[in-house]
Amino acid sequence: MRVQIPLIITFIVGIALIVAIFVPHDPFHRMNEEFSVYFDLIAVFAFILGGGNLLKIHGNRISRRSRDWKYSIVTVVGFLTMLIVGAFKIGGPPGLTGDVTAEGSWFKFMYDSVFVSCQATMFSLLAFFVASASYRAFRAKTKEATLLLIAAFIILIGRTPLGHYMTGWLPQQLEFLHIPNLSNWILSIPNMAGQRAIMIGIALGIISTSLKLILGIERSYLGGEGK
Amino acid sequence: MAPPDRDCRHFSKPALLLSLVLFLSPVLLLCTGNLPEAGAQETTLTIPAIVHPELATPTNVEAFDSPSDQGGSITITWEESTDDVPGTTLVKGYVILRSESPTGDFEEISSVPPHAEEYLDTSVRNNTDYYYKVGVVGAEQTFLSQTVGPAVAKQQWFNSRKVNLLFIALILTFAIILYVFQAKAGKKLYIRRISGIEAVDEAVGRATEMGKPILFIPGIQDMDNVQTVAGLTILASVGKLTAQYETKLEVPVSRSLVMSTGRETLKQAYLSVGRPDLYSDDMVHYVTDEQFGYVAAVDGIMVREKPATCFYMGAFFAESLILAETGNSVGAIQIAGTAMPTQLPFFVAACDYTLIGEELFAASAYLSGDEKMIGSLKGQDVGKAIAMFFILVGAVLATAASLSGNEALTGASDWLRNLFTLNF
Repeated sequence: MRVQIPLIITFIVGIALIVAIFVPHDPFHRMNEEFSVYFDLIAVFAFILGGGNLLKIHGNRISRRSRDWKYSIVTVVGFLTMLIVGAFKIGGPPGLTGDVTAEGSWFKFMYDSVFVSCQATMFSLLAFFVASASYRAFRAKTKEATLLLIAAFIILIGRTPLGHYMTGWLPQQLEFLHIPNLSNWILSIPNMAGQRAIMIGIALGIISTSLKLILGIERSYLGGEGK
Repeated sequence: MAPPDRDCRHFSKPALLLSLVLFLSPVLLLCTGNLPEAGAQETTLTIPAIVHPELATPTNVEAFDSPSDQGGSITITWEESTDDVPGTTLVKGYVILRSESPTGDFEEISSVPPHAEEYLDTSVRNNTDYYYKVGVVGAEQTFLSQTVGPAVAKQQWFNSRKVNLLFIALILTFAIILYVFQAKAGKKLYIRRISGIEAVDEAVGRATEMGKPILFIPGIQDMDNVQTVAGLTILASVGKLTAQYETKLEVPVSRSLVMSTGRETLKQAYLSVGRPDLYSDDMVHYVTDEQFGYVAAVDGIMVREKPATCFYMGAFFAESLILAETGNSVGAIQIAGTAMPTQLPFFVAACDYTLIGEELFAASAYLSGDEKMIGSLKGQDVGKAIAMFFILVGAVLATAASLSGNEALTGASDWLRNLFTLNF
């Protein structure tokens, strides 16, 4: 029963949502939206589970003085501080309807001054990682990597004024060799064809996986065997 | 010839007398209080009137329930006024008037620019009669069409614009179910090798030999994303291997529901290979919902624990490259799989193996070796074969039509395009 009941729910909800795509009549046309609301409700309760788990894991690490336990103190202090400041709306309009992100509230101050800065720092790492990953990917070790390198070079140059200057002198008959034109051609023809092929595969994969879930062929996500 | 002299001596006496009277008459009238008002004076002037021609009203006006919708909408169509000629400004636009009674007061509900021939009225109630008039707007006047109606908005039981989608879905469903049954009946089905999936065994073995943990990231989306579900089904297979090899597995997640589901999945995987003793709830732990907070935490785990193997299976966004590059920097063997086309290049560049798009969804079937799951993969292949066939036919038709200019070929090409145009 532990697996059967979720399977029955999955089947009924899955079929209802498929029907809702083709039937615009009540009650089907509102189902997608309404089931999303149910999902949000469940997710809100699950969030308590997540917060509890975070405290438990890091609490254990601190109490057992496990490896790198000091980092866990930072995590727990950060989590509790934001939770208390937000829950009690310190510095902001009080009451249930008070806006937790109102100007002057401690929550907003901490969010803008600490959280956003940290987030931006992590995101900025991306620029460096793009450079290092590109360096590895574009090393012309194989035929495929060489092609990738040439394509990337043309696109990079074609997107800058340098591309215009380099081949801007070409006569009209050879305009297709103008680097910005080559760059656009690579993006809109071979690149687009490849992307569409991937998208078709993804769409088929999603349909197949969804059917497996609805028909109960795939059930490992329920803690059951896929048989 | 001398120029005409302006001297008054050349005017005749009667003319001078008339000028004097004309000049003095306002003064005299002002003194007697009999000066006429400006408006009254205007009426005495003869100004040629601007004639605004009568405009031809819109013809063939129709109002009907918008098809294939959930109600609440009436479509009004008409043929434009014959005076609505491109390049002229006689027609300023059209107005749509509505009433709930053919003889009642018609209220203007909207206006549309010149040359428009359709309006969708989405401010109506279902199962109520509505009457419409369409007016052509001139410079000063609006000329109204005949009243049409009643039109009643109703909910439809089938969206006929999605017939093609239904047809495609039915073919795919039929193919998948057919192959599942064939596989169940014992028919041997061939599926091609996917190097990324075959490398899973090797990757888990490597971690076991090195005595280092394995890190599994099931994406950063929740359980309502099918990629996360696909990621967790792969986690089940990886979990069985780590249970057999007694290798440490760590699954940091960014959603609470994924944590709960991941735990159930892993618990069952360990149980199925007879090693429930090795399972612990702490293997799947929640970090944060915040994208870059999650990245910081996972990067920290990588740098501190230096896992031998990293799996990235699910939906990823900008964090994909940060995670994969950090994993690369600690020397981990990395296998990624995602159906996010924008993140695939990053994984391809930074990981050892990448499951591209559909391979992510095929992986769980491939790894499980279950005949029903493999049957579903064959059904998926039928869909791909159909897609390839129609792409090829469409490309040949469109090219031939473009080169020859043949109407039949152009028509066939357009028909095929419309056949596969999905209306959502």
